[in-house]
Amino acid sequence: MTTTSNVPAYGRFGGFGGRYVPEALIPALEQLEEVWRKAVVDPEFVGELERLQRTYTGRPSIITEVPRFAEHCGGARVILKREDLNHTGSHKINNVLGQALLTKRMGKTRVIAETGAGQHGVATATAAALLGLECVVYMGRKDTERQALNVARMRLLGAEVVAVDNGSKTLKDAVNEAFRDWVANVDTTHYVLGTVTGPHPFPEMVRDFHRVIGVEARQQVLDLVGRLPDAVLACVGGGSNAMGIFHRFIDDRSVRLIGFEAGGEGVESGKHAARFSAGIPGVLHGAFTYVMQDEDGQTVESHSVSAGLDYPSVGPEHAHLLESGRAEYRPISDVEAMEAFSLLSRTEGILPAIESAHALAGAMKVGRELGPDAVLLVNLSGRGDKDVHTAAEWFGLIDDDGSPRLPDDDGAKGMGEQQ
Amino acid sequence: MSVATVIEKCRADNRAALIGYLPVGFPSVEGSIAAMKVLVESGVDIVEIGVPYSDPVMDGPVIQDAAVRALAAGVHLTDIFTAAREVSAAGAGALVMTYWNPVLRYGVERFAADLAAAGGAGLITPDLIPDEAGDWIAAADAHDLDKVFLVAPSSTPERLEAVTSQCRGFVYATAVMGVTGARASVGVAADALVSRTREHTDLPVCVGLGVSTGDQAAQVGRYADGVIVGSALVRCLTEADSDEQGLEALGSLARELAEGVRRGRS
Repeated sequence: MTTTSNVPAYGRFGGFGGRYVPEALIPALEQLEEVWRKAVVDPEFVGELERLQRTYTGRPSIITEVPRFAEHCGGARVILKREDLNHTGSHKINNVLGQALLTKRMGKTRVIAETGAGQHGVATATAAALLGLECVVYMGRKDTERQALNVARMRLLGAEVVAVDNGSKTLKDAVNEAFRDWVANVDTTHYVLGTVTGPHPFPEMVRDFHRVIGVEARQQVLDLVGRLPDAVLACVGGGSNAMGIFHRFIDDRSVRLIGFEAGGEGVESGKHAARFSAGIPGVLHGAFTYVMQDEDGQTVESHSVSAGLDYPSVGPEHAHLLESGRAEYRPISDVEAMEAFSLLSRTEGILPAIESAHALAGAMKVGRELGPDAVLLVNLSGRGDKDVHTAAEWFGLIDDDGSPRLPDDDGAKGMGEQQ
Repeated sequence: MSVATVIEKCRADNRAALIGYLPVGFPSVEGSIAAMKVLVESGVDIVEIGVPYSDPVMDGPVIQDAAVRALAAGVHLTDIFTAAREVSAAGAGALVMTYWNPVLRYGVERFAADLAAAGGAGLITPDLIPDEAGDWIAAADAHDLDKVFLVAPSSTPERLEAVTSQCRGFVYATAVMGVTGARASVGVAADALVSRTREHTDLPVCVGLGVSTGDQAAQVGRYADGVIVGSALVRCLTEADSDEQGLEALGSLARELAEGVRRGRS
């Protein structure tokens, strides 16, 4: 186990992490940590989670080598970890099932969650339905509009979706609202935080629930190619899918760990979510980590074509991996991500989530840098069904009113011609 | 000067202190300072000078709204030093209430030095618990500033001990589990929390969250050393048709609250 090797202080990764929340929440965080630490050494909990992963989520998720896509990656071998094939369509279910089981153990009856792209909200609504918990999901108004399909999915699953009109109307404001709900209802409610940030123990706990991704993938790659990959690549919003696949490789010093942030319209444009390019250490949502902020310490709004990466902060363990030099982080622009989205769809018949397309665009760059002898493992964290509308608009496949543009329409363009 | 001195004076008069919150920068920096002076003239003993912040997780809609508008109007962190100077000169205690990141960004030691130089009494830190506050505690002690941390109805005896042992000035007891905002009643939890807190400290214990009327101030003032009012005062300004009308409504409510704490124990 490498779990504690990089956690020198209580609830900290290097200097990052901590617990910057109202005092009212401290007892709930203490209870959560106690229940969680007991559960993960309790065969009954471990067995139940494993059973759900196998019979409900569909674990282990497979790996898929993608040679036609890899032709655009300098000829390197590219292997996808198929978290998109999980029930609910992304890696998010790994964490949610763990936390939902903990909710029952704590005797709580209600879960709340924040969501950006909607994937974590859908996963939470799903687990709540499965385990008979009341569920409220907070989602920025802007995200409810660009991810309307996922809003409907959550409602179909019996969850209440609350559109948040504060601030930038995106993920960070949904998190604020979830914290406000939690402070008021903490007796009955568990906040199923969806990523590896927030107050301790969330970053460590959420990572550990996702660690199965890297544990499986490492063995699968060894079985397939007979050696470890040269690099493991993942997109980084809050950073849960990345921590999930990175963590098992941290002690494999030959394996580069590379995270890809949303470069939006370009880091120099200011319209991006590249926290490690333009942020500085500070506190947001309970953790000391990299934050996009102005000179007065006010959070700066992030921008990305991907709702799931549109977040001005990032998990504290990523901040530590950056500062310790163990991982590297690069921005990928909207245009690059959408190009990779299109390319994987057309070369391999796999529609990736736009979030995951950032990691695919990263593979195109890293593959060209490392050349044909390299083996790249890419976390395909989610599927693109939820993004069809956004992508269809991006590529000009539908009109503003949502009706299809057919090839003989004046001005219609195929996916490859326009980016 | 510690606000504990102000609260002691009120205690000598057999009443609770009245503590009023307003964010700096709404409707403008000057306008907010004028409003703080109205509070002092109307009987408020300690002004809580709020730092508008982009992500105020402890605040309800009224204070969020004021913060958004203050930030849009161009308020800067350094404006609180001006406000602290003016409030202090007007004869009231000047405590700053801020989320942690603005202080962190400014530099904790530098912030403490500048706040002390401006006559500020110290800080209330809603999202900073003593466990994470090593730098602030050191800077506050070096500059003779108050450190007001929060306790809540959910606080265990261990937490009450840990928090109160690091406070200076007073202990901020949140009356309910929830965010700032006026409530029809200030729950029974507040009274119990004050009693439980007193088992761990001799510091004054002041109650906030939900107090909006003179009657509530009187009721809370019977058991608490101070009554903290925020959203109800802020609303006087955010819902006013003009700045003048806002100040008038503010003065009127502050006088009602001041009268409330004065009759509470009589």
